[in-house]
Amino acid sequence: MAAQPIVPFRTYVLVFVALLVLVALTTGAAFIDLGPFNTVVALGIAFIKMMLVLLFFMHLLHSNKLTHVTAVAAAFWLLLLIGLVFADYTSRGWIPDPAPWSSSAPPTHP
Amino acid sequence: MSTATTVAPEPRAATPLNYLNVEYGWRSWLFTKDHKRIALLYLISITFYFFIGGAFAVLMRIHLIDPQGALVQPETYNKLFTMHGIIMIFFFLIPSIPSVLGNFLVPLMIGARDLAFPRLNLLSWYIYMLGGAFTMYSVIHGGVDTGWTFYTPYSSTYANSQVIPAALGIFITGFSSILTGLNFIVTIHKMRAPGMTWFRMPLFLWSMYATSIIFVLGTPVLAIALFLLFLERVFQVGIFTPALGGDPLLFQHLFWFYSHPAVYIMILPAMGVISEIVPCFSRKRIFGYKVIGFSSVAIAVLSFLVWGHHMFVTGQSIYTGLVFSALSFMVAIPSAIKVFNWTATLYKGSISYDAPMLYALGFIGLFTMGGLTGLFLASLSTDVQLNGTYFIVAHFHYIMVGGAVMGYLGGMHYWWPKISGRLYPEIWARLAAAIIFVGFNLTFFPQFMLGYLGMPRRYAFYPAEFQFLNVMSSAGASILGVGYLIPLIYFAWSMRYGPIAGPNPWGATGLEWQTPSPPPKDNFEQPPAVADEAYDYAHQEVGLV
Amino acid sequence: MSEAHSGRIHIAHQFESSDQQHEAGTLGIWIFLATEVMFFGGLFTGYALDRWLYYPAFAAASRILDIRLGAINTAVLLTSSFTMALSVRAAQTAKRGALALLLILTMLLGAVFLGIKGFEYYQKFVEHVVPSLDFAPQGEVLARLAPGGLGHAQLFFCFYFFMTGLHALHMIVGLGLLFVLLLRALGSEFNAGYYAPVEVTGLYWHFVDIIWIFLFPLLYLIGGRF
Repeated sequence: MAAQPIVPFRTYVLVFVALLVLVALTTGAAFIDLGPFNTVVALGIAFIKMMLVLLFFMHLLHSNKLTHVTAVAAAFWLLLLIGLVFADYTSRGWIPDPAPWSSSAPPTHP
Repeated sequence: MSTATTVAPEPRAATPLNYLNVEYGWRSWLFTKDHKRIALLYLISITFYFFIGGAFAVLMRIHLIDPQGALVQPETYNKLFTMHGIIMIFFFLIPSIPSVLGNFLVPLMIGARDLAFPRLNLLSWYIYMLGGAFTMYSVIHGGVDTGWTFYTPYSSTYANSQVIPAALGIFITGFSSILTGLNFIVTIHKMRAPGMTWFRMPLFLWSMYATSIIFVLGTPVLAIALFLLFLERVFQVGIFTPALGGDPLLFQHLFWFYSHPAVYIMILPAMGVISEIVPCFSRKRIFGYKVIGFSSVAIAVLSFLVWGHHMFVTGQSIYTGLVFSALSFMVAIPSAIKVFNWTATLYKGSISYDAPMLYALGFIGLFTMGGLTGLFLASLSTDVQLNGTYFIVAHFHYIMVGGAVMGYLGGMHYWWPKISGRLYPEIWARLAAAIIFVGFNLTFFPQFMLGYLGMPRRYAFYPAEFQFLNVMSSAGASILGVGYLIPLIYFAWSMRYGPIAGPNPWGATGLEWQTPSPPPKDNFEQPPAVADEAYDYAHQEVGLV
Repeated sequence: MSEAHSGRIHIAHQFESSDQQHEAGTLGIWIFLATEVMFFGGLFTGYALDRWLYYPAFAAASRILDIRLGAINTAVLLTSSFTMALSVRAAQTAKRGALALLLILTMLLGAVFLGIKGFEYYQKFVEHVVPSLDFAPQGEVLARLAPGGLGHAQLFFCFYFFMTGLHALHMIVGLGLLFVLLLRALGSEFNAGYYAPVEVTGLYWHFVDIIWIFLFPLLYLIGGRF
């Protein structure tokens, strides 16, 4: 049988309860000033929720390797896009803009 | 009368049922789920767009005979190069080999009855036609003048032309690529015949697989970029408009995230075709099978890491520029590996110069030139000099026309006997290949020189000193145009009058040659099983007549 | 009739076995979801970039959104994912009545989500923070948005409408798919050996849920509420 094993009802309920607790947690955390960690906590909890849905509701836990590769590839390519775009914007200005070029002024490089 | 009725059915009765004669009528074509018929639907559509796009190129080359412009207003010239780019890239080159040859051959080569999702396959053709209709609407209603790259904020705010239908057309067509890529990946993973292991697959399939990765992971980003462009132009919300707080470079990042890998969508399938043709006409096993296969996948992955080399002079950070430059050099490695391996396959082979082989040899030379000039452009400092000149135009035409179109035509000649069951006139085919090779070089080599001398691209006028090279280029373009018309004529002729090809006119290996030409509706009379490596020409020679 | 649908498995002509067909379908939907990741990924990239560039404006604008409605909607959507997961289980275990009931429940929850989302959109019109069409916040809203710059606040609402709108569009498509599924379930098409359509639609539905799992913190929680 190619189909996945049938996940016990109990597992689904536990995952669902965990998800609801996490919603409450992440909403509550927004009311506490954690400085830059507000974003980290919010995205960290979102990541955990995503993993719960992926692993149990979407049966990734019981899937074959090919499905894992597909899921990881999607995440990897998304990080490529975000990472390389940010690499550009964050490293701008590391070298100060050169003075406007003019034909009369001699080059100022040492 | 009586002889006509008694004689006419006879050849038909003698012809076994195949995918072409199993059903008749327009319904059997427009509602077909047979991958071979869908491939032919694509063939007709992309040929149409090829000649439309070609017509724009002809008008441009006529215009550029005179330094002051011989034919059209500058505004019209802007539309000519834009429509040429859009149609050739999105409606001819990207679907060319995957949707025609890939659609036809992927199931045949792995020994399957069809692709995994035949209905999605047909849907992809309809989506393609819908996208094409939007783009043709924009052509008829005045065209677009933004360049095929749709750079913001010009396209989003200032351009006074049909940006929206053209962008929507490309947006829609993207989904047809995604469906094709999805179909190929699933088919190659799940539908291989018994014994067809990954390392027994023809290399064409490796290249199709690599191309599909780009289709699936790259195209949606272009879609979202064009979607945002569309919203920006309609609502002027400011995502790409500096005056409203946005950033135009974000568009370029999203655009090139797809559009650089798109270059490999065009060239990888052609590389796959060459990997089939070269061993067949050298009567040798291909040199370094695994390396070629893996280099296809390596190109697909690396292609996503280099897009910033299109943005060296746009204000992108210099540090990122350095990284993108280094990564761009890395893509050259798997490409060069392929060229070395094809050349090593030729070494001591018993080479015959049939038409497909002429295209393949042309491909190897022209692709090498296009690839090496790409290294000039991947270097930061040379790129500052050459960016926006005809050097760029010449470089990517060596890849796109010298590479991808040569590969496509080579593949069409190689598999035409399989597709149609008929042979084309070999002497005409060799003549056309020679004409195309000469015409191509005469058109685009002068453009390298023009770019090196500093002539910028996308201008309707140029200084008089560049006229000689421009006239040379235009003369070459007319030769090239003739060269492209000849195959159109003899392919059409051969469908009716060509000699019967038989299942394997080239004595080639591969499952697609073990079934009749044209193949039956379900591809194989008996389910095939594979016990040999690909390209086993050494052992197969005895069986050749 | 009863023996007909006890073991009725559709195998399309291109497949050799029901296993092959099932695996192809599952792989197909996962690859499609990878495509969707990149589709939303472009928007997420743009949002992340502009949030980084114009943080004060984005934080101020995100506080305009109604966090209670956002949290309730998140819970609603997660519940619909739960019922969807149970529907797949009901199909696997061939409980036809439960399957139909759970599918109806999933659709209802999806509709509630869209209703709340629609009400939130309505609120944005009341507050005059709809980019381009009606962007003229007044009174308290204006006072909260002005320090970060109205232009960049407008950019936040652009992303808010694009991202939630695209997500809502996926929800609507999902509701259509669920409806077709319900009709097929009522026609007793599924059984323990053939339930791939339920599974595939479920995967799509969970994916749309995951998108929202990220949209909620990115749009509603980002600036903090303290």
